[in-house]
Amino acid sequence: MRLLEIGVFAVRGVTANKLRSTLTTLGILIGVASVILLIAVGNGASTAVQQSIAGLGTNILTISPQRGTPQSASSAKPLTVADATALADRTEAPDVKSASPVSSVAATASFQGTSYSVPQFVGTDPAYFETTNSAVANGNLFTADDVLQARKVVVLGATVATSLFPSTDPVGNAVLVNNIPFTVIGVLATKGSSGLQDSDDLAVSPLTTVQNALTGYGGLTQIVVQATSADSLPAAQAQATTILNGRHRIGAGQTADYRMLSQEQLLTARTATTDTFTVLLASVAAISLLVGGIGITNIMLVTVTERIREIGIRKAVGAPKSTILGQFLLEATMLSLFGGALGVAAGVIGSQFTIAGIKPVVVPSSVLLAFAVSALIGLFFGSYPASRAASLRPIEALRHE
Amino acid sequence: MSGPVIEVRDLRKTYGSGDTAVHALRGLNLTVGRGEYLAIMGASGSGKSTLLNILGCLDVPTSGSYLLDGIDTAEFDESRLSLLRNRKIGFVFQSFNLIPRTTALANVELPLVYAGVKRAERRERAHAALELVGLLDRAHHAPNELSGGQQQRVAIARALVTSPAMVLADEPTGNLDTASSREVLGILDRLNAIGRTVVLITHEDEVAEHASRTVRVVDGQVAEVLV
Ligand SMILES: Nc1ncnc2c1ncn2[C@@H]1O[C@H](COP(=O)(O)OP(=O)(O)OP(=O)(O)O)[C@@H](O)[C@H]1O
Ligand SMILES: [Mg+2]
Repeated sequence: MRLLEIGVFAVRGVTANKLRSTLTTLGILIGVASVILLIAVGNGASTAVQQSIAGLGTNILTISPQRGTPQSASSAKPLTVADATALADRTEAPDVKSASPVSSVAATASFQGTSYSVPQFVGTDPAYFETTNSAVANGNLFTADDVLQARKVVVLGATVATSLFPSTDPVGNAVLVNNIPFTVIGVLATKGSSGLQDSDDLAVSPLTTVQNALTGYGGLTQIVVQATSADSLPAAQAQATTILNGRHRIGAGQTADYRMLSQEQLLTARTATTDTFTVLLASVAAISLLVGGIGITNIMLVTVTERIREIGIRKAVGAPKSTILGQFLLEATMLSLFGGALGVAAGVIGSQFTIAGIKPVVVPSSVLLAFAVSALIGLFFGSYPASRAASLRPIEALRHE
Repeated sequence: MSGPVIEVRDLRKTYGSGDTAVHALRGLNLTVGRGEYLAIMGASGSGKSTLLNILGCLDVPTSGSYLLDGIDTAEFDESRLSLLRNRKIGFVFQSFNLIPRTTALANVELPLVYAGVKRAERRERAHAALELVGLLDRAHHAPNELSGGQQQRVAIARALVTSPAMVLADEPTGNLDTASSREVLGILDRLNAIGRTVVLITHEDEVAEHASRTVRVVDGQVAEVLV
């Protein structure tokens, strides 16, 4: 008995009952596809969170005033524009690319009767846009000249823009901010939300204008420092500390009257989020593998049980055990591989669609895992019961109900 | 080899154990000579099928010996038994036992495939066997497209396609009408005429008349030998 003949039997076995084979293939297909898709969705969600965190920039230092330090209550100095200018000094701080003074306040903006409260009305300089990875979607950003002249211009975040101008183009229109008219010169591209905070819910104007019209000339809310690269961030942090300590007269061992945080430190704080996602992803993978596996096991067991009589007939006409085993193993292999391949295709194609607002991202190892596990389960439960049946005496197999 | 083909000594077969044990065969003795045409009769449940299954190496006895061509079958291992079933024995079941969704031709070819016969020769021999049972025109029909009598004739074609030394048939005409029965018996008669040993089980005297010898099984033993 040649291998070819076993192959012919296996092909015939698969094609003889098309419904049964289709159902088996479908069972494996669904198993594999659901594993790939579920993991892709989980991964997509995690990737989205990570991207929005990374969108904040990894070479950024945020300096804000330290409030309520007891010993410095009287001597605490506010952050000033001069501090920001000093931080941007090329020779004192070679690793600092820019330092943007930020003065922000909550304000109410209105346009033609529609009003909207902007949680962050930011006054700053043009470098701020690059530092915070903000791109303009429509119109223009303001320039250094606008800051110098304290022009009443504003660049709106996407959320603010859509709230105030649901149907019209905001660029060129005047909005009233706390009853002071500002000309909208641009709209920022959407960045999405990072965690709970909507990073599109803001408006940005020249620092001088905001101080003039809204906040007054007191201390800054923040100084946002951009290092020349992510690698030079520690050096930039050291330089900025030296400069500020010098300007604020803070000696060694004294508590500073400002707080300096790198985005990386923020990132570390948020790794917890990512860890949660990893655990979630692993459990999703485990559950979908289990569900897929049970489905495949089920259909394979039903299929083989149905054919124990056939195994009895084959044994009765003199088929050796090894030949019967070969045939069933080959049938299970064909169905598992075929179903597995279709499942991979279905899973990968399904991952191209946005599901519940999440763009799935296929994890290559999940494809391998799903395919391998399903194929192995299919093979085992396709051939193990067959091998049990092939070990029976022919009459026992024939009597099987 | 001139001795008997089949020699059964003190054959016992017990199904189950303890209180529920069924003693289907209780020390049965039987000898079948080469080229003999034997009919086995007996009441329902007397153990005829149990005996024939053991003779066809489809089952094993609980105790006692079964010598096939003078060799004790208890000595044969699994692979030797499948070889015996394939080459020496043609078995016809009362319930046909054809592989579903598979053509008559493929069913008849089945034992030849396991015997390692080449494709072309297989075709030829399977065609010849189907012609012998008068079903050449139904070669490409699946079992569910055939009548009971036609299915039984396909099963007989499958049993004789390997030219086995003996053909064992368990009520081959049990499910058939008179005309179909006559055809099936005619085939068995012809097989016996060319020297094959034939053993068949039947409940009908007319069928038993085709045989050269009839034995009656009562409660798992051969009770009397009718000539
Ligand atoms: N697999 C089995 N398990 C338990 N008991 C069995 C089994 N097969 C047969 N028997 C019992 O063994 C006895 C003999 O059965 P067997 O099939 O040999 O009878 P038979 O003579 O062929 O009857 P019939 O003429 O009705 O076909 C019966 O009592 C039957 O119930
Ligand atoms: Mg019977």
